[in-house]
Amino acid sequence: MATTSQPGEHTGELDREHREGQDSSGSASSPNGKLQLLSGKDRTVLTLMVAVPAVLVIGLVWIPALISVMLSFTKWNGIGPISEIQWIGLQNYADLVTIYPPFVPAITNNLLWLAVFFLIATPLGIFMATLLDREVRGTRLYQSALYLPVVLSLALIGFIWQLIYSRDQGLLNAMLGLDGSNRIDWLGNADINIYAVLVAASWRHVGYIMLLYLAGLKGIDPALREAASMDGAGEVRTFFSVILPAMQPINVVVLVITVIEGLRAFDIVYVINKGTNGLELLSTLVVSNVIGEASRVGFGSAIATILLIISLVFIVVYMISIYREDATE
Amino acid sequence: MSTDAATTQTSEHSSQEDYRKLQETNKRPLTAGRVVLYAFLTFMALGWLFPFVWALYNSFRDYAYTAANGYVSFGGFTLSNYTDAWTRGDFTQLFLNSAIITIPAVVFTLLLSTMAAFVLARFSFWFNLPMLILFTAANLLPQQSLLIPLFRFFREVGLLDTYMAVILVHIAFQTGFCTFVLSNYMKALPKSMTEAALVDGAGVWRQYSQIVLPLCRPPLAALAVLQVTWIYNDFFWAVAFLNSGEKFPITSGLQNLRGQFFTDYNLLSAGSILVAVPTIIVFVLLQKQFISGLTLGADKG
Repeated sequence: MATTSQPGEHTGELDREHREGQDSSGSASSPNGKLQLLSGKDRTVLTLMVAVPAVLVIGLVWIPALISVMLSFTKWNGIGPISEIQWIGLQNYADLVTIYPPFVPAITNNLLWLAVFFLIATPLGIFMATLLDREVRGTRLYQSALYLPVVLSLALIGFIWQLIYSRDQGLLNAMLGLDGSNRIDWLGNADINIYAVLVAASWRHVGYIMLLYLAGLKGIDPALREAASMDGAGEVRTFFSVILPAMQPINVVVLVITVIEGLRAFDIVYVINKGTNGLELLSTLVVSNVIGEASRVGFGSAIATILLIISLVFIVVYMISIYREDATE
Repeated sequence: MSTDAATTQTSEHSSQEDYRKLQETNKRPLTAGRVVLYAFLTFMALGWLFPFVWALYNSFRDYAYTAANGYVSFGGFTLSNYTDAWTRGDFTQLFLNSAIITIPAVVFTLLLSTMAAFVLARFSFWFNLPMLILFTAANLLPQQSLLIPLFRFFREVGLLDTYMAVILVHIAFQTGFCTFVLSNYMKALPKSMTEAALVDGAGVWRQYSQIVLPLCRPPLAALAVLQVTWIYNDFFWAVAFLNSGEKFPITSGLQNLRGQFFTDYNLLSAGSILVAVPTIIVFVLLQKQFISGLTLGADKG
């Protein structure tokens, strides 16, 4: 039955029940074949139970996403009536790459964000998880220290790190012994502020990845590791040839979370300087084109659409990875 | 993979846990490698705590003292930054706003997602899989991509600059994630539990409210803690839909504090610490629920 949607592989019993139900009813829409027991009232109740949340999710997430895509082909100030919307095809996208200076820095910063997360923060989180998984005494204390930033909001993290980066009062300049005109404006200098912000963002990301990975490592059969070490594989080889492949499901989650967190980054730069002067990101450009005096809805929507499409590529990969079994069953 | 999820969720893996604990207590000799390991872990842990501790330390220090002696100094301790930040930042109102937004958003998110998960996990309709994908993927979209249409929509229906707009968007966004987690959990519950009720002639609503819902207490506790933290920590939606500052939740309102006294970092530290207090309580007291909420979402895969 290709149409079945309930994975029943959890227990044999559940699986059997499920198939019986399908066989006796022959209709994909009959709940577990217990059609005769579902009264009209039950059907109404079930419909409402799924319809109310579905309407909210579709109405407030998916339809706005689609409208953003549509608006990206138009010119509109967002204030006037909908009849004022003009279709201008791909003009917004063309303008974006030709006559809009912040676009290239934003794309570059987003890519840099992804690169730093992928090459430094995420591997460091995984590394810390594997260290903490090695029968460490007081492991909870170390874990707690690393995951403290995970409960803080990114806006708050932006504030906390200003105490370190501030040009006149920050700790960093004081520790480097810089004074007077030698002091570095870590968050104001457009050449370096993105790196300063990335250190602060990584502070949180490392803990997040460490938690996810550690939970995954706990589910790995210790016998697997022992077999590898008996075969004479060293720690590093064991990790890459045994642990990493066995962690495939978590790896996908970590990949997706890393990308999504990178693309969604907004709060931390917005509290610092609203995403200007070296801290441009696609997300802040969307906001600055919509909020404020120059309301360029079509233009902002084009940036929103680019952000959406990059995200969707990874979301689709993730959806395939978690629902593949359900679909082929 | 999904069997993994099922066993973790019903915590049948305790034997493995026991085995690990046994290993942990089986103390290893302190080799040079172990010393390096502990030294490195301690270094990392202290380094990770430092930015927060630095904010905490300076929040208790007088501005005049640090201005005269520099921040890398000891002394000038005071509590006045806290009282100042509280009154000048109007924190009573901002904390109240956070509660007004967070509590209904979390309650309705959990209510709606248990209902959706119940239907999608316990019955097999043709739309189950597309619906689950629609719910799960919605939670992962970048918020900024939805801003323009939502902004216009809320203005059109008169909800702009109301708590309701922020609450509704939170519910819509978070219901997806919670439905995903809860449906995995409910799928792993034995079928026989609802069947008995079915035979007794109980309607689906009674199956949901009296049998499935009470069994879902562990994931609900974890999700409640996680959602309170996430929604409390939200900055973007409040800034997007609320244009009067007195309606801001505390996470977005801290921004105003900086605008007013942008040079007084001691005051800003105290404000930051105050904003962090609810999440630090989660960190200390509800660590187990928070972590299991985060990892429940990653478990199935």
